[in-house]
Amino acid sequence: MAEQSTITFIITRQDNPESAPYEETFHVPYRKNMNVISGLMEIRQNPVNAKGEKTAPVYWDMSCLEEVCGACSMVINGTARQSCATLVDQLEQPIRLEPMSTFPVVRDLIVDRERMFDALKQVKAWIPIDGTYDLGPGPRMPEKKRQWAYELSKCMSCGVCLEACPNVNDKSNFIGPAALSQARLFNAHPTGEMNASERLNGLMEDGGIDGCSNAQNCVQVCPKGIPLTTSIAAMNRATNIQAFKNFFGSDNAH
Amino acid sequence: MAEHREFFSRRLHSLLGVIPIGVFLVQHLVVNHFAVYGEESFNKAAGFMAGLPFVIVLEIFVIYLPILFHAVLGVYIVFVAKNNTRKYGYFRNWMFYLQRFTGIITLVFIAWHVWETRIQIGLGNEELNYSLMEGILTNPIMFWFYLIGVLSTVFHFANGLWSFMVSWGITQSPKSQKIATNATVLVFLVVSYIGVRTLIQFAYGV
Repeated sequence: MAEQSTITFIITRQDNPESAPYEETFHVPYRKNMNVISGLMEIRQNPVNAKGEKTAPVYWDMSCLEEVCGACSMVINGTARQSCATLVDQLEQPIRLEPMSTFPVVRDLIVDRERMFDALKQVKAWIPIDGTYDLGPGPRMPEKKRQWAYELSKCMSCGVCLEACPNVNDKSNFIGPAALSQARLFNAHPTGEMNASERLNGLMEDGGIDGCSNAQNCVQVCPKGIPLTTSIAAMNRATNIQAFKNFFGSDNAH
Repeated sequence: MAEHREFFSRRLHSLLGVIPIGVFLVQHLVVNHFAVYGEESFNKAAGFMAGLPFVIVLEIFVIYLPILFHAVLGVYIVFVAKNNTRKYGYFRNWMFYLQRFTGIITLVFIAWHVWETRIQIGLGNEELNYSLMEGILTNPIMFWFYLIGVLSTVFHFANGLWSFMVSWGITQSPKSQKIATNATVLVFLVVSYIGVRTLIQFAYGV
């Protein structure tokens, strides 16, 4: 790699949410062990495109730089992933960067992932413990279960699973795999379990779990390796049982 | 149930694909397989099926209404997907795409097949017997149309069986889903044989 002094980025840019997208090419000096973000940082330092014209620096979202926050997702050479964890040496050139197409673009590579947070609200992906008095300590969680649940809790709402899912698009109202798995996480928690049916009913609302048609791209692309399709199948079983309880009535329908 | 209409329709769609449509498909192909045992066997078996008590009621509730519902919602499901096998060429994503592709082919095939056989028989233009199918399938173009139609229908059934098991929460773990994949491949091969063997009998008399 010694001779390779520059790397080329072809970036799909968009000046504001309403304007039309366009491509711009940049040459960036090569350094060893670069990730995609360090390339974008070079462009920010010297925002001159391949034609030698001065241009506005490329905007992108980032925070933790260690694949924990989920902010820096983008489509890199055709597949959605974290730009912090994607190494330049492992990519084919030129490197094409696009914003994720499932979400509305704010500017350049920044997208608005608000729909993911709306989805978490739909399935009530939290544990309600606020009250007017101290409820005391909750039930304990077995260590083995905690380790299992930890894997599900790694979800960082990065949106890569939604981008890869053929059923998440502007024609469908499907909320996507991430929130379905979060419902499973909170239903597995000993305190969260007390509100399990509320999350299951959220999953059964329009755009919920029935939007999944098992293409299973989500589990392949998840940067955190979350067993999303196992979560979906588990929630399929749970929502079906809940639906029967709702319909016929049951002592355990709550 | 009223507030979960979409959930309810999708679950019903999944269920109807297997019960009764899948059961009917296998029954239909098995009964037609009598053709391989000779013209008389086929005529006897087909005559028995057509002579079942309340046959029109059975047809409406076991075949026509379930297929109509499955087809209408199915076309909508095809419409709302944005296939991306080029970017994400995983096995299950291809199965997802093929499920939609074969769904449309199967719909066209079934519409043609019902028009050409059941409706013509109902109108009194044709009679239900071996020579009706022989007449259709000795035409090489129709033979290939039926071959593609039967294979597409059986694929849609076998792969649909796999996703039925996921949608109803029967197979959850990756291992159980893998076993289900192998089992449904077997279903595809066996049911395809039963159907295609019959087509060859009608077309070539062997």
